Amino acid sequence: MSGAYFSMRDIVKQYRMGDEVQTVLKYVNLDLEEGEFLSILGPSGSGKSTMMNIIGCLDTPTSGDYILRGRKIGEQDQHQLAQIRCHEIGFIFQSFQLLQRMDAMKNVELPLIYAGVPAKLRERRAKEMLERVGLHDKLHHFPNQLSGGQQQRVAIARALAGNPTMLLADEPTGALDQETGKQVLSLFREINSEGRTVIMITHDLNIANFARRIVHILDGVLREGGKRA
Amino acid sequence: MLRESVSMSVRNIAYNRMRSFLTVLGIIIGVTAIIALITIVSGVTGQISSEFESLGAGKLSVSARGTLLKPGLTEGDLETIAALDNVSGVSPSVSSTVVAKSEYGWDDEISLEGRNETYFRMNDGLVKRGRALNRLDMDAQTRVCIVDGALAKKLFFGVDPLNRTLLVNGHTFTVVGVLSDDSNRDVMSQARGGSDEKLIVPYTTALRLTGTAHISSLDVHVADTSRMDRVVDDLEDALYRMFNYKDDTYTVINMESLLDTMNTMLSMMTAMLAGIASIALLVGGIGIMNIMLVSVTERTAEIGLRKALGAEPGQIQLQFLIESFILSLLGGVIGAVLGVGISYVFAVAIGTDFRLSLMAIGLGVGFSASVGIIFGWAPARKASNLNPIDALRSA
Repeated sequence: MSGAYFSMRDIVKQYRMGDEVQTVLKYVNLDLEEGEFLSILGPSGSGKSTMMNIIGCLDTPTSGDYILRGRKIGEQDQHQLAQIRCHEIGFIFQSFQLLQRMDAMKNVELPLIYAGVPAKLRERRAKEMLERVGLHDKLHHFPNQLSGGQQQRVAIARALAGNPTMLLADEPTGALDQETGKQVLSLFREINSEGRTVIMITHDLNIANFARRIVHILDGVLREGGKRA
Repeated sequence: MLRESVSMSVRNIAYNRMRSFLTVLGIIIGVTAIIALITIVSGVTGQISSEFESLGAGKLSVSARGTLLKPGLTEGDLETIAALDNVSGVSPSVSSTVVAKSEYGWDDEISLEGRNETYFRMNDGLVKRGRALNRLDMDAQTRVCIVDGALAKKLFFGVDPLNRTLLVNGHTFTVVGVLSDDSNRDVMSQARGGSDEKLIVPYTTALRLTGTAHISSLDVHVADTSRMDRVVDDLEDALYRMFNYKDDTYTVINMESLLDTMNTMLSMMTAMLAGIASIALLVGGIGIMNIMLVSVTERTAEIGLRKALGAEPGQIQLQFLIESFILSLLGGVIGAVLGVGISYVFAVAIGTDFRLSLMAIGLGVGFSASVGIIFGWAPARKASNLNPIDALRSA
């Protein structure tokens, strides 16, 4: 292993719903090495989406420290958080979240626009990424012309375009059938084998088992599930 | 980054073509109305004032009712007024209705005007043929006259009226000139209703013919019009003394100030109409704000995604702002084209000058663009402040 990727210490996340305070995460501790493939397994309502938001720097914890590659996330401002999301994290969503008005190329280029990559380089990189996920013949197809599996592969290409250190996937196979789901998961393995950290959030044990390490989350409490070689 | 934002905005507007068009319709109507109104009114105003100017520039009209003992101005008074500083000449006017007869025909309702040589000097091209009246005619009270085309046709049909004689109220006059056809363009003579069938005689002759020694109507010509007000003061001062310190016995009409008043009135009207038209623009702006708010709500997921991909709040705000700016600018440009087109058609239809008012176009387009920014601000701000999690969850 090549050193600590992130560490979470006593993370608490509370939401205020009117007068009531709901504690979604209860003193979560989690350490991750660079290059790990982790599954966070839990039923709906267990707090796993909140985990994803905090890991992905989309939200900050109520208390506790989250240190990502040496930076304390709680102390970063909006601008810095945007920069971290841009350069460190590639997001994959259950419903793909592709922009319908843009073709595959433009969708993949999107994070590169925000990273300030010049147009020529952007196009080359987007093409490269789409070829990499096996969509070399669908570069200018719009999302509604692609199957679910193909759309998710575009989303993976988009997540990888900015060359992030971590891939963060929220129920990546939730909208796919068994077969295409397996294809996506083996793509994750391949990405992980290149040394990129992959975190997958799911409620399905079969899916979670693709990862090398599983943690369980239930009612906001995290516990280690087990490690495999 | 800016280029991407612009191209993304254009793509969005084009994607929702029908909605975009309906959204900017308010702006289009507002800008069209403003530009058409300003252009049409300024064309009409220009026409009216240039006509007025050709008739009454540098001229003061005096009308003196006089007192019981002195029912008008005397010869001496004329000389006093002519000697005032910055006065280039005075032109008295004596009018009457007379019976005229020649060997070819007669008419009992001819308007007779008594004029002096200054009148002809100040109105170039008044006499088409023959000669104008001169100083000698005034001094000698000669019985000569100048007839207009209508009278010439009536009394001398088929013959040349020059050097022929006619009887005016029984006195013999010799025709020495014929007026040109547009000689009735004098605004004051139009006001007096004396248009067709008139003859002009020396004013001294006219005074004797009508049996008075007093002049009640006079034009004062001013040399330097920039010092007009000063002449008006001097003139009123002189008239005040001439009429025994009674200031209700005479009036001085300044054509220039009449023109000023009219221009002020017209530009006030323009401003008022433009103000009403800009209400349409305001409503259009609210329409844009409304649709942008809907757009932000609709695209919540997209905004969240963009944020997850590394967009900063400022970049999101900029994109929405650019979108509403382009939308309203589009409306402004379409409105400008329509407005100019409508005012051109209007100008051709009623025969006024068509003057392309760059001011109006600038105002319309600039106003609409700023409407886009002002009314786009709140929705853009709302978009940029969206929490990425909420945004993504809503999908």
